[in-house]
Amino acid sequence: MATRNEVRFILNGEDQAIRDVGASDTLLDFLRIDRRLTGTKEGCAEGDCGACTVLVGRLTPQGLRYDTVNACIRFLASVDGCHVVTIEHLRGPEGGLHPVQEAMVALHGSQCGFCTPGIVMSLYALWMATATPSVTEIERALQGNLCRCTGYEPIVKAAQAASAGKGQSQDPLNLERNTITKRLSDLRDGARVEVAKGEDRAILPADTADLAKVLEENPEGTIVAGATDVGLWVTKFLRPISPAIHIGHLEELHEIAEDDAAITLGAGVTYSEAALTLIMTWPHLLEYWDRIAGWQVRNMGTIGGNIANGSPIGDTPPALIALDATITLRKGGETRELPLERFFIDYGKQDRAEGEFVERIRIPKPAAGQLHAAYKISKRRDEDISSVAAAFRLTVEDGTITEARIAFGGMAATPKRAAKAEAALTGQSFDEATMMKAAATLPEDFAPLSDWRASAEYRMRAAQNLFRRFWYEKGTDEAVRLETA
Amino acid sequence: MKDELSITGATGEALPHDSAIKHVTGKAEYTDDIREPAGTLHAYLGLSTIAHGKIEALDLSAVKTAPGVIDVIGPADVPADNDCSANGMHDEPIFAETVEFLGQPIFAVVAESRDQARRAAQLAEVKYTELPHATNVMAAREAGYPNVTSPLKLERGDITAMEAAPHRLKGTMVVGGQDHFYLEGQIALAVPGEDEDVVINTSTQHPSEVQHVVAHALGVPSHSVVVNVRRMGGGFGGKETQMNLFCCVAAIAAKKLNRPVKLRPDRDDDMTATGKRHDFVVEYEVGFDDEGRIVAVEGDYFARCGFCSDLSGPVTDRALFHADNAYFYPNVLLRSHPLKTNTVSNTAFRGFGGPQGLIAAERMVEEIAYYLKRDPLEIRKLNFYGGEGRDLTPYHQTVEDNILDRITDELAESASYKERREAVIAWNARGGVIRKGIALTPVKFGISFTATWFNQAGALIHIYADGSIHLNHGGTEMGQGLYTKVAQVVADALQVDAGLVKITKTTTEKVPNTSATAASSGSDLNGMAAKDACDQLIARLRAFAVEKYGIAPEDFRLYANRVHLGDTVVEWDAFIREAYMARVQLSAAGFYKTPKIHWDRESGKGRPFYYFAYGAALSEVSVDTLTGEYRVDRTDILHDVGRSLNPAIDKGQVEGAFIQGMGWLTTEELWWDDKGRLRTHAPSTYKIPLASDRPRVFNVALADWAENREPTIKRSKAVGEPPFMLAVSVLEALGMAVASVADYAECPRLDTPATPERVLMAVERLRGTR
Ligand SMILES: Cc1cc2nc3c(=O)[nH]c(=O)nc-3n(C[C@H](O)[C@H](O)[C@H](O)COP(=O)(O)OP(=O)(O)OC[C@H]3O[C@@H](n4cnc5c(N)ncnc54)[C@H](O)[C@@H]3O)c2cc1C
Ligand code: FES
Ligand code: FES
Repeated sequence: MATRNEVRFILNGEDQAIRDVGASDTLLDFLRIDRRLTGTKEGCAEGDCGACTVLVGRLTPQGLRYDTVNACIRFLASVDGCHVVTIEHLRGPEGGLHPVQEAMVALHGSQCGFCTPGIVMSLYALWMATATPSVTEIERALQGNLCRCTGYEPIVKAAQAASAGKGQSQDPLNLERNTITKRLSDLRDGARVEVAKGEDRAILPADTADLAKVLEENPEGTIVAGATDVGLWVTKFLRPISPAIHIGHLEELHEIAEDDAAITLGAGVTYSEAALTLIMTWPHLLEYWDRIAGWQVRNMGTIGGNIANGSPIGDTPPALIALDATITLRKGGETRELPLERFFIDYGKQDRAEGEFVERIRIPKPAAGQLHAAYKISKRRDEDISSVAAAFRLTVEDGTITEARIAFGGMAATPKRAAKAEAALTGQSFDEATMMKAAATLPEDFAPLSDWRASAEYRMRAAQNLFRRFWYEKGTDEAVRLETA
Repeated sequence: MKDELSITGATGEALPHDSAIKHVTGKAEYTDDIREPAGTLHAYLGLSTIAHGKIEALDLSAVKTAPGVIDVIGPADVPADNDCSANGMHDEPIFAETVEFLGQPIFAVVAESRDQARRAAQLAEVKYTELPHATNVMAAREAGYPNVTSPLKLERGDITAMEAAPHRLKGTMVVGGQDHFYLEGQIALAVPGEDEDVVINTSTQHPSEVQHVVAHALGVPSHSVVVNVRRMGGGFGGKETQMNLFCCVAAIAAKKLNRPVKLRPDRDDDMTATGKRHDFVVEYEVGFDDEGRIVAVEGDYFARCGFCSDLSGPVTDRALFHADNAYFYPNVLLRSHPLKTNTVSNTAFRGFGGPQGLIAAERMVEEIAYYLKRDPLEIRKLNFYGGEGRDLTPYHQTVEDNILDRITDELAESASYKERREAVIAWNARGGVIRKGIALTPVKFGISFTATWFNQAGALIHIYADGSIHLNHGGTEMGQGLYTKVAQVVADALQVDAGLVKITKTTTEKVPNTSATAASSGSDLNGMAAKDACDQLIARLRAFAVEKYGIAPEDFRLYANRVHLGDTVVEWDAFIREAYMARVQLSAAGFYKTPKIHWDRESGKGRPFYYFAYGAALSEVSVDTLTGEYRVDRTDILHDVGRSLNPAIDKGQVEGAFIQGMGWLTTEELWWDDKGRLRTHAPSTYKIPLASDRPRVFNVALADWAENREPTIKRSKAVGEPPFMLAVSVLEALGMAVASVADYAECPRLDTPATPERVLMAVERLRGTR
């Protein structure tokens, strides 16, 4: 197999071919320091403020797709084969201000202006994707952008005003689509990419088979998917990740397959890519999914990464465990499948051998009689880590609970099923008393921690109250959600 | 030339921010965007890892040999005084030898790149002898920690009246702190010059102080240090004194190595090593009559000040100055307790202690209302300043300009307070999981620095021979639109389009001895100073016109980009050219000092404030009583900015301040672990409001009938801080929703920040299930 020793991509209009790329080099530093494109700002270097928002366009089987991403935690090596678009590239059809920029000026959407380029990029991506966004859609597009000055009101108004003008078809980026597609296709050479700065190495395997090989050759390597965890290891903990083995670009891992029995997600499927399929199949995931991180992180972060990191506060494991999901691990040519909950052994310990990677996640389709819910509780509604995450799947037949799967995040050292509660429910009639009896068993299964997100007492109390919420929602007409009350 | 009849950008016009186009295109240059001079080095701070103790041994050998490292800087490298305190108390070392909080700078490393410096800084081996630490108010009180500065007592009437009051209620309120979370962090770029010179490009609200502190550390006269600030990516008080440290370190390294040095901490280090809003514990007692009229108030205001004084004196003073908010206390005794703690030294933050004082006043109103089972708004109106002998504050200033009756009535009317309150009560009466609350709270905020001498400002205006104008003043631009407003003042005075007025960076070279851009005073002070400069220029131009054209002085008039000379009308630029040729001085330095104010801290008497700004907000919320989560359904605001210099900018300040205040009271929680480490030190753990946290309906209006009774610039009022406190309406509405679970029988006593956790715990407490 051919190996290439440079990273190639398009930056705004220009082709880039860079040899001197280390594993821990971020896209943001490259833009600001190497290319002096200082419109993109650093506010936090951890993916949480959005000041560094840029667009990354990549070829997918469905065509050229642009996503907002956080340049601060995006590794430079990982933009190989992509089109990186920064605020400097934004312009209107006649070359002046873009409609989003015009609206931001006219409606006083900037004060100190430091968040503004990032906000403009998010609104630009929204503008391209949605002709007339609702306020909810605008807020969702801005979940990953902090502004400390304006209070957001004029920014939301600007997003609405910009969409009133239309003009998407005349947008320079849209007009360039075919050219860019062609240029990006030309960059595809099917080679493995290996680059380094000194000892700091990054590898982009050519395909999944090559990944298996790279992992066998570099068992100590760090798998990097969306880098929404690994990025912070570098920017916050200054941890070496070399050799970084990137998988975000591997098309096979982005596959979403559906048959009569199940939906199967490649481990590299991002939150954003998975959203539509999952929510169509399990509508209860709509709100839950939208509350995972912000838009940029959902565009980068993968479900495989969210599982593989083994975090007790990751949001997808509880939801997927309640849905009885299984994962497939692969090492070399060998694969094995196991129920997701069994993957999590203890804090920081997963059932994954060195050189093994998560290849896919299989979720059995809903069956008759199943009642679903997934709840996230956090200090701030959006873009916050859960204090408690809970997912329920109760099968109720003729008023009797025949099967219960309940999983919690934030309540133990791993994502974990509420075994006692499930047992207390199974075979009982579905009513408030049964639910609260089950809730009362939680202290037997869980001893949550106190930290800055929440106290143990709150976690336990809220977790128990979610049993009541579930009953009210499924068994009564009472409006129990802020969204619906 | 343009519109015949008027100029663009006069005062009162909703001109966009002067940098708006640069903001949206990414072209606005912040300090980190300035092209670094060749050879620029990067410094990074080494921070302590314990909260209190002595450094026994500091082994920096691994730091020195790390890749790219040029030098390590410590206390011995400070040429003159290892101190960067803002107030002359000499209690804030640049590099600590005795550690007084976790995250305190103990050395700096200088390397070829920032990444190298940052990595090297982690390699220090430090041996400490740990000492016991107290990181919060409770612990500091128990350990008998001293005050960091002298406390204040305010007293009026006779506090023994408390004993005779028909009803008395005592309580404690815990009020959380707040991180500024300016989007652009702290940063300094120091460029050494010849002799003792150094030029510092930075992001401070107080260039003159940086100049002074750096000169002090270097042991050079102030004239050797130049400090430049074009714009900040937000300040909010967090860059009033906190930049001193970073500028000192960069300057010391730059002079030592004779190379430019830049210092920009990572966000986590920024949040760990810089001060925040003071959190308070307020112990109060209020006496009142059957109607709810306050008879007496006694309050003790304990503040977590951190390890040194910084601005804690004036901050805790201002808490007392606002302990009355809008209410007349016939008999009152207030004491501040600026406590030392082993945490980073707390500092200025929008409102400057005022919000912490004010919120306790509102708590007392709540106490009275729940006790008497009355609508809190009635209690408020009953106690507003005004009427016979009811206009004297606890600091003996007479409230002369109160407009709160009108503001609250108009707001209550326009936002249907009465009907909606009834609807909320009816909704809650159904029982149910989702409960609602509604509250209308007022703000009265005193404008002026309480340190009277800070109330001065200078401006420098040049008119070039082509008619274009260069404007400079001592105020700094942090997003609040000060530059735009002052430019409008100049455009208005000289009657030229604002576009002709070039706004230039704040620099200690042009206007000396400036005050911090703080206390909401920016446009009051600098606007007036610029106006003064314009008046001087106009006087010279008039004298020239009288002489040259033989007109009467009153026939000289600047209007709409033209100069009217009796019947003759000349274009501005042509006239300026004539003036230049006739050797008229076309440059003027303006000055302003706020009149009327005086303050005697010893006796606790005076007129510290030139005037008050007012406002009121009405918020309605929904609370999920199963999880404590909530949502602000609607907020209506009516706020007083006098006659607005720029309604768009002023409205932006009101909206932004309200949301920031809401964050302070809801999701923004500072959490130290028992080692004294701040664990909410980044946006991943410290949660400021997002777009989706905005009230679902948000109506903000400026009281268009308001004007300043005092002759401020165009009769406008300061706007930066006052609206911050409008967010108290959200807290009180949350409290009402909580109280509904016990049928409002008890004051909910919701402390802040009212996170979902605190709300749920309050629900359970009132339900008796906890
Ligand atoms: C601002 C922000 C907000 C966030 N909010 C949330 C939130 O609300 N809820 C939540 O759950 N998470 C949240 N996260 C965390 C994060 O998004 C997830 O953990 C993410 O899913 C990780 O996926 P990734 O693709 O980015 O993984 P990476 O960071 O690339 O990798 C994570 C870990 O998984 C390993 N790994 C990745 N893919 C594989 C694979 N296929 N096989 C084996 N190992 C693999 C990596 O080696 C690494 O150890 C947030 C993160 C950020 C930065
Ligand atoms: S810098 Fe804050 S998200 Fe990237
Ligand atoms: S305008 Fe200052 S942070 Fe948004």
